[in-house]
Amino acid sequence: MDSTILISAALNGLLVGGIYTLVASGLTLIYGVLHIINFAHGSLLMMGMFGVYYLLIKLRLDPYISMLIMVPAMYAIGYVLYKGLIGRFSSGKDENILLITLGLSIVLENLALMFFKGDTRTITVGYSDTMVELGPLLFSLPKVISFFIAMLLCALLGLYIKKSNTGKAIRAVAKERMGARLVGIDVDRIFAISYGIGVATLGAAACLLMPIFYVSPYTGHVFVLVAFTVVVLGGMGSFLGAVVGGLIVGLTESFGGLFLGESLGQIGISLIFILILLFRPQGLFGARG
Amino acid sequence: MRRTPEPIAWTGHVLILAVACIFPFVFPSPFMVNFGVLALFYAFIGQSWNIAGGFAGQLSFGHVVFFGAGAYASTILQVRFGVNPWIGLPVSAVAGGLVGWLIGYLSFRAGLRGSYFALITLAFAEMLRIIANSVEITGGGLGLLIPAKPSVANFQFPERVGFYFLILVLVTVSIAIAIWLKHSRFGAQLAAIRENEDAARALGINVFSEKLKILILSGALGGIGGCFFSQYFLYIDPIIVFGVDKSVEMLLVSMIGGAGTVYGPLIGAVLLAAISDTARVVTNIQGLSLVIYGGLLILIIAFLPNGLIDLIQRLTKRRPK
Repeated sequence: MDSTILISAALNGLLVGGIYTLVASGLTLIYGVLHIINFAHGSLLMMGMFGVYYLLIKLRLDPYISMLIMVPAMYAIGYVLYKGLIGRFSSGKDENILLITLGLSIVLENLALMFFKGDTRTITVGYSDTMVELGPLLFSLPKVISFFIAMLLCALLGLYIKKSNTGKAIRAVAKERMGARLVGIDVDRIFAISYGIGVATLGAAACLLMPIFYVSPYTGHVFVLVAFTVVVLGGMGSFLGAVVGGLIVGLTESFGGLFLGESLGQIGISLIFILILLFRPQGLFGARG
Repeated sequence: MRRTPEPIAWTGHVLILAVACIFPFVFPSPFMVNFGVLALFYAFIGQSWNIAGGFAGQLSFGHVVFFGAGAYASTILQVRFGVNPWIGLPVSAVAGGLVGWLIGYLSFRAGLRGSYFALITLAFAEMLRIIANSVEITGGGLGLLIPAKPSVANFQFPERVGFYFLILVLVTVSIAIAIWLKHSRFGAQLAAIRENEDAARALGINVFSEKLKILILSGALGGIGGCFFSQYFLYIDPIIVFGVDKSVEMLLVSMIGGAGTVYGPLIGAVLLAAISDTARVVTNIQGLSLVIYGGLLILIIAFLPNGLIDLIQRLTKRRPK
């Protein structure tokens, strides 16, 4: 096989993997702090993508500009969801909260089906078909832009968690709930903020995905397994893990498509997910727990 | 999930069965018989989920994997090799049981529990969906069409009511299994595992092998459900029989009716069929019934963790005697 094709597949995989990283960073943050598995992650992303779609159709807002609206809006949605629904039940068995988020995803998905029907929608912007040349290789411009913004946002998020006061409180709560409460941190507020930030990353991811992907009420299904794979691959709760995991999953998908064809090629993600859970459940970077 | 005993006398069981037997004669219209078939079908696959998810606490998000294995096993035999679907029925049970053994062996050996077990079943279902979508013998994404040749010997009842009584027999068997689990030593061990796996192990229960057994049994029932489904609709494709929807429906009917109870899946299934038929007839809006059902799931987990059956029992007990 021509090496150009291989390199091009690898780089394209990495570009998409960068966005997966962003989607998964929200999931891993929510897991790391709240210790809950947010099964509604995919459907919340789907909802965000419909938001981006309608901002473009109704207000002619460029998807990248929409980020200024989508990120705070999704943060608010996440915060309210936590306060109104998830927080009330997150203390019980972990299966229960998994079932609550499953219920939430069923409701969101079918609401989308009611209002938007089952059709698949894509958007076209001026630069949709613009290509970036790199020697003999060609890349779609929106993919390149989305990749760099995703990486930038991941870095900003990491910095925020590391340096800001709220970030420090989040890390304290993630490490030791009781201790955090004892030093005067409002743990419940930190939970809501963390869930809000986790959902806000989906708002950003929705803006980055819309120019290169499609949306339908079932889009959430596509991403929920991808996001979980990235997270278990990197280790639940690990940020660095999410970055590496996202890139690996992107590469897997790209090479799977190249070597196994479009249909069978998708098997790589579920296969990685199964193998990691069976043989290295702590992930590549997680500590054994 | 539930702890209260379920005091149903044998007369209760007989009464419920009698009502189910009379139903298609009281409501003989094709619409109502079809409603009955679908309600019982969901009760059956819901019970398949329930004996693993409810009785043993092995929550699964991808239970459709057993259903799909059974559906493809019998349909491939019939369409590609001309094997009579009545022979396909036990084969589909074996196929579902084998998949249950494989997933159980791998996941329980690796010590996966709770949410992680739920997610890995989902990944297995997704993997089989992709395989079914990609290989030739399954007909790929186009699926498999079973040629219509109505005759009882061919598993295609000329009258719908034939399907009704077949699925009624299957549901009766599945409920008998659930009753047996309620009263047997095996069932008690599963309940111990569900409530506290480490404590169960400390008591000397072989957790691995008990969990494996129940997943094989659950998988076999799911496989039979897949065979019934293919014969009733005469068509299967990877999304229908390995997609997320059926997994979710199996889980929903059990959780809403009452996970770990004998009649939970039946109650949930009748409600699901009623809501979806009503929604279809009255509004024709796609998705409405599942919005209601997803909302119900959240409410049930929040306020009625033992399901609707708990509510029914509370209401009936409050009556002065």
